[in-house]
Amino acid sequence: MATTLPKVDVVVVGLGWTGGIIAAECAKAGLKVLGLERGEARNTEDYLKVHDEYRYAVRYELMQNLSKETITIRNNRKMPALPMRQLSSFLLGEGLGGSGTHWNGHSWRFLPYDFQIKTMTDEKYGPNKLSKDYLLQDWGVTYDELEPYFYKYEQTLGISGEDTNPFWGKRSQPFPTPPMKKTPILKKFESATQKLGYNPFMLPSANLSEPYTNPDGAAINSCQYCGFCERFGCEYGAKSSPEITVIPTAEKTKNFEMRFRSNVVEVIKNGNKVSGVKYLDTLSGEEFIQEAEVVVLSSYVMNNAKLLMVSNIGEQYNPDTGRGTLGKNYCYQILPGATGYFDEQMNTFMGAGALGMTIDDFNGDNFDHSDLNFIHGGSISITQTGSRPIETNPIPRDTPTWGAEFKKNSIHNFTRTLGIGTQGASMPHKENFLSLDSTYKDAYGLPLLQMTYNFTEQDRALHKYITEVTQNIMKEMGAKTVEGKNPITDYDIVGYQTTHNTGGTIMGASPDNSVVNTYLQHWDAENLFVVGAGNFPHNGGYNPTGTVGALAYKSAEGIIKYSKSGGSLV
Amino acid sequence: MPEEKKNLSTRRDFLKTSGVAAGALIGGGLIGGLVGYNVNDNKSATTPKGTSPSDHTQHANAGFQFFKNNRDFEVLSNATERIFPKDDLGPGAIELGVPYFIDRQLAGQYGSNSKEYMHGPFAVGAPTQGYQSRLTRADVFKQGIEKLEEEANKRFDNGFSSIEPEQMDEILTAFSKDEVKMSGTTAAFFFRMLRSATLEGAYSDPMYSGNNNMDGWRMKGFPGHQMSYIAVIEKEEFQKIEPKSLGSM
Repeated sequence: MATTLPKVDVVVVGLGWTGGIIAAECAKAGLKVLGLERGEARNTEDYLKVHDEYRYAVRYELMQNLSKETITIRNNRKMPALPMRQLSSFLLGEGLGGSGTHWNGHSWRFLPYDFQIKTMTDEKYGPNKLSKDYLLQDWGVTYDELEPYFYKYEQTLGISGEDTNPFWGKRSQPFPTPPMKKTPILKKFESATQKLGYNPFMLPSANLSEPYTNPDGAAINSCQYCGFCERFGCEYGAKSSPEITVIPTAEKTKNFEMRFRSNVVEVIKNGNKVSGVKYLDTLSGEEFIQEAEVVVLSSYVMNNAKLLMVSNIGEQYNPDTGRGTLGKNYCYQILPGATGYFDEQMNTFMGAGALGMTIDDFNGDNFDHSDLNFIHGGSISITQTGSRPIETNPIPRDTPTWGAEFKKNSIHNFTRTLGIGTQGASMPHKENFLSLDSTYKDAYGLPLLQMTYNFTEQDRALHKYITEVTQNIMKEMGAKTVEGKNPITDYDIVGYQTTHNTGGTIMGASPDNSVVNTYLQHWDAENLFVVGAGNFPHNGGYNPTGTVGALAYKSAEGIIKYSKSGGSLV
Repeated sequence: MPEEKKNLSTRRDFLKTSGVAAGALIGGGLIGGLVGYNVNDNKSATTPKGTSPSDHTQHANAGFQFFKNNRDFEVLSNATERIFPKDDLGPGAIELGVPYFIDRQLAGQYGSNSKEYMHGPFAVGAPTQGYQSRLTRADVFKQGIEKLEEEANKRFDNGFSSIEPEQMDEILTAFSKDEVKMSGTTAAFFFRMLRSATLEGAYSDPMYSGNNNMDGWRMKGFPGHQMSYIAVIEKEEFQKIEPKSLGSM
C-alpha cells in the first residue's frame, strides 16, 4: 500500500540538465519543487579519482545499472525484440546530473532549417524529395523564437565559443566566454578545410576557456585539458554540469528538495490532468504517491516515453495505420567520418571533451541537395578529446587485431592517428518507433521499453556522401593513409556509436502529429510536461544538448505561467 | 552548494581542500618516487623477464581470487601473452600482470555481470541485438579455458601451455573464427572478450593488478593520470611525459 505524501507545486522526475533547469527556474519563481532521482547524489568531490579509464569509460561506472532496467531492441517489426543486456551503442545515464555529468560538452543550437525542415525542404525541392515513409515535420517553433532561450542556456553554462560560423542562426549576443585553445591538431584541420574552401570555427564548448560565474551566481572553473571528459565527471568543476550550476541554483532558493533512490513507476492521470506520480524507494522497496500541481518528466528519452506508455497517457503510435503519436519519430544520429594515419607523433592524449574545430558547409541545407538522394547533412569536426590506451588501438584495416603485429601497430599509431567525425542528421521513418515490450520486465515488474529501429536509405546515402568529404579533408591534412568509415548497413547495438537518441515524445503545433505542444505541455494533460531530446521530431546535424537546454528554458517559462493561470499554453 | 566547491580554481586547490595527498603534490613532478603505486613495481621494473612466459613469481600479489588451479591460470596466461606478446617495445601480457587482472575481474562485478540485464527468456537473436547468452563472463571464461585445453589435446596431443607458440596461435585463430563449438556461447565471443580483457589488463591503472610498473602506458606513450596539460597542449612537439598512476596522487 502506497503512502501518499503532501502535495508540492512541481514534481520533477529525473535530475539531469532538463530537470535541473526546470527545478532552478521554478524554484526561483517561488514554486515549491521536489526532484525525484532514481540514482544517487554526486558532486565534484566524487570525481577526485576519476582519471580511471577502466572503471569509468570501459565498465561505465556513471551509467545506468541495466540489471534493474533496460530496453528491448529489434531492427524491424518481423524480428523478435530482445533485451539490450549490456550497454554499448549508447550510454544511458543515472544519478544527479544524468548524462550532463559525463557528457563531452559540445553545445550547439540546431539550425533555423531544422525547426522548419518540412516547409523549407518542400519549398526548395518539392514535396517528394523523400518518400512519404519519412515522417518529416516542422517543430512548431522557429529558431528566432527559441533564440532567447538558447542564450539563456548558454549563459547558465558559460559556453565558450566564437561567432564566426557563416551558416548558423543569428546570435543576439556573443558567447559568454572566448573559445578554447587552438592546438596544433586543430590547426591542421583549420588550414586543410580553409584550403578546400570551407569555413572552420571553434566548436562551442561547455569545457570553459576561463573561470566564469553565471547569472545565477554559480561558478565554473577553467578547463585543464586533462583528457578525461566523456564518460567521466570533471574533478575541477570546469565542465558545466547540472550539479555545479542549476542544482545549486535551485537549492539556494530553499524551495527545492531532492529525493534520491526514488524510482518513478507511474504518472497518475485523472481526467484531463495528472495528480502526481507513484515512486519506489529503491532501498526499502516502499511505495509512495507524490501529489503535485504539475508533473515534469525530465528523465532520458527512453524513460520519458516509457512512463507515458505504462501510465496510459496519450495514444501509442501504430506504424500500420499511422495513428497515435506516442513513440513516433524515434531517431538516432548518423556518424560518417575518416581516420588518418600520420608519420609524426602528436599529443593525442591531451585534450578536452569539446576541444575541437568544425565546419558546417555540409550541414542542414547549407549545400545544394538537388542532385542528391538525401536531405540534411551534419557538422564535420575534429575533436581532441584525449585518447586513452584501452579503447584507442588504431590499426589500418589490413592489420591483424591481435598478436605481435597488432601490438606494434596499435602502439605506434596511438600518438599518430587522428579522426574526423560527423554528427549526421537522422530523419524520422514510419518503421522507427518506441513502444512497450510484451515479454521482458524491469525490476519493478513494468514492461521494458521496446525500440524498433534501423538505418534507412536516407541515412546510408548521407553517410556515404559525407564520409567522402571527411576523407578528402583528412588527405589535405597530410595523413599518409586515410580510411573512411565503412558504409552503414543495419543498425547494430554492439559498439559505441552515440548517446544522441531522440524522439518518441515529440513536440509540434498540433495534437494530431505530436505528444506535447511547443511549451512541452502534454496535449492530453495540461499539468504534465515532458522535456528532453524526446521532443525532437527529427535529429539534427549537431549534438542535441544545446537545443534540449533551450527547450527546457522555454518549458520552464510555460510551467511558471501555467502555475498562475492554468489551461493550455497555446 | 558548500562554499569550498565554488572556489576551486585548480586541481591542486581541490586536493588541498579535500585533504588528500597534499604532501605528495608539493614536489610537483613526482614520478613514482614518492608513493608506491603498486607493490609489484620494484621487481619487474628492473628485471625484464627472460624466457619462461609462464613464470609469475615476480608478482607479489600472486594468489587467486577466481582461478583454483595453476593449469587453468597458465592456459589463460599463455593465451593473453599470444594476444599481447613481449617484444622489443616492452613486456607482454604476463609480465604486465594481465592474468592477475583477469583473475580479479572474474571474481567481481565483471565476472558476475551484476550490472547487466540477465533475465530470461534467452534467445539467440540476430548479431545486431548483441550479447544474449544466459552465461556470465565467469562462465564463459571457465568454459573457454577448458576448450582451449581440450583443443590443444585434440590437435597436438598436449596441454595448451605445453605446445609451441605457433600452435597456440593456430588454436586462438580457430576460436576467433568461431570454428570451435562452445555451449551457451560462441568461441568467437569468448575470443573477443579475452582479447578485450587482455588490453584492459595491459592498459588500466596498476591498482587493478595489470599494467605492471605502468609499462603498458610507457610503451604506448600514455602518461596515465596527469592533473593538467594546459601548459603544454599548444606545443607543436610531442611531449614525452613520465606516467603517473592514481595511487601516486
